[in-house]
Amino acid sequence: MRLTLLALLAKEPAHGYELKQALEHTFGSAYPSPNIGQIYVTLGRLEKDGLIRAIDVEQSNRPNKKVYYLTVTGREALAEWADEPTEGPRIRDEFFMKLVLAPLTGIADRMALINRQRRHYLGVMRDLNDLIERTDPDNRVALLLIEGAMLHVQADLDWLQRCQEDLA
Amino acid sequence: MSAVIRTVNLVKIYQSGGVPVTAVDGVDLHVGAGEFVAVMGPSGSGKSTLVHMLGGLDARTSGEIWLDGKRVDTLSESAWALLRRDKVGFVFQFFNLVANMTVADNVELPALLSGATPKQARERREYLLDALGLTERAEAPPAQLAGGEQQRVALARALANEPSLLLADEPTGNLDSRNTRDVLRLLGEVHKKGQTIIMVTHDARVASLADRVVSLLDGQIVDDGVIPVTRRRPKAGAGDVVELRS
Repeated sequence: MRLTLLALLAKEPAHGYELKQALEHTFGSAYPSPNIGQIYVTLGRLEKDGLIRAIDVEQSNRPNKKVYYLTVTGREALAEWADEPTEGPRIRDEFFMKLVLAPLTGIADRMALINRQRRHYLGVMRDLNDLIERTDPDNRVALLLIEGAMLHVQADLDWLQRCQEDLA
Repeated sequence: MSAVIRTVNLVKIYQSGGVPVTAVDGVDLHVGAGEFVAVMGPSGSGKSTLVHMLGGLDARTSGEIWLDGKRVDTLSESAWALLRRDKVGFVFQFFNLVANMTVADNVELPALLSGATPKQARERREYLLDALGLTERAEAPPAQLAGGEQQRVALARALANEPSLLLADEPTGNLDSRNTRDVLRLLGEVHKKGQTIIMVTHDARVASLADRVVSLLDGQIVDDGVIPVTRRRPKAGAGDVVELRS
């Protein structure tokens, strides 16, 4: 979440709750609702690392609120993040480790592992179908995020089938 | 739950250039009324052969097929044709629409053949075409439609006579994601109203609508069970979680 918050602060200074709202507004139902506590913890760390700074803004009848803004170092870190390529699909896969190693120990059968995993992925896909139905059709960002997740699940299922053909 | 389809040790062996190839190898399948079953498996695992046999389009080598409590694997081709007219709807990856009839007539025809009144057939057609976003195409000949539209017409046609059993073989094979979503919605809707569905698909979006998934490998069922509710089932409303696993 560090760089997401930096990116939002690059647009304009904001306090914690505004950042939470901006995240929800941008990514809609497709993004994990950030807990305000997590946001403040992350902001604290960013501040300690010198990437952002806070100023206290006085409010009538309420405690002061902290408004955060990006430092030069923060802007550089953000530019670096935007410029570097992002990690692609994983090579290491926990399920595959299980599939290869568990039968050696005699605690699991490969066919049973694959079958259970397939049903689980289909359950995940069903959740994504529900999610896309409940997502505002105008929120293209959220729809693309969900569609991406669906394509990943489809690829996992196709690969599971390959495992079943070759290993089981 | 009464069985719409039941097979007993169903086998299909093809002769391919003198060499016998076992496509379906002893399948026992039981599908209850109102169930939606997805059939998955690699190409060559016997999925298509299985649903073709269930609809009488391919003769079994041995074993039994029961449809609505009646043994059907012993029926003649003409008896199968009658049975399909009344009880079975088919959707294939390559749709066979009647070229010299309008979309509307293509969809109404099966309903009329199975004894619906013209009014019933028209209402059913209007409902189905509307659900699939095809109302404006009703008077067009199929050839003027894009592949995705033709596939949706084929689905509407298969559902027109309100069959006991809907059989589908890769029904979303040619569809882009928006067309797929229309098909998904209609399938979900008719399933909710009690339509029994057996569908071969590799498309996980479609398969995930099913109650149950049957997995085939080398002509045999290697898994048959319900699709579970995931532990992290998203709640309604904003802030739901998509996990892009890393």
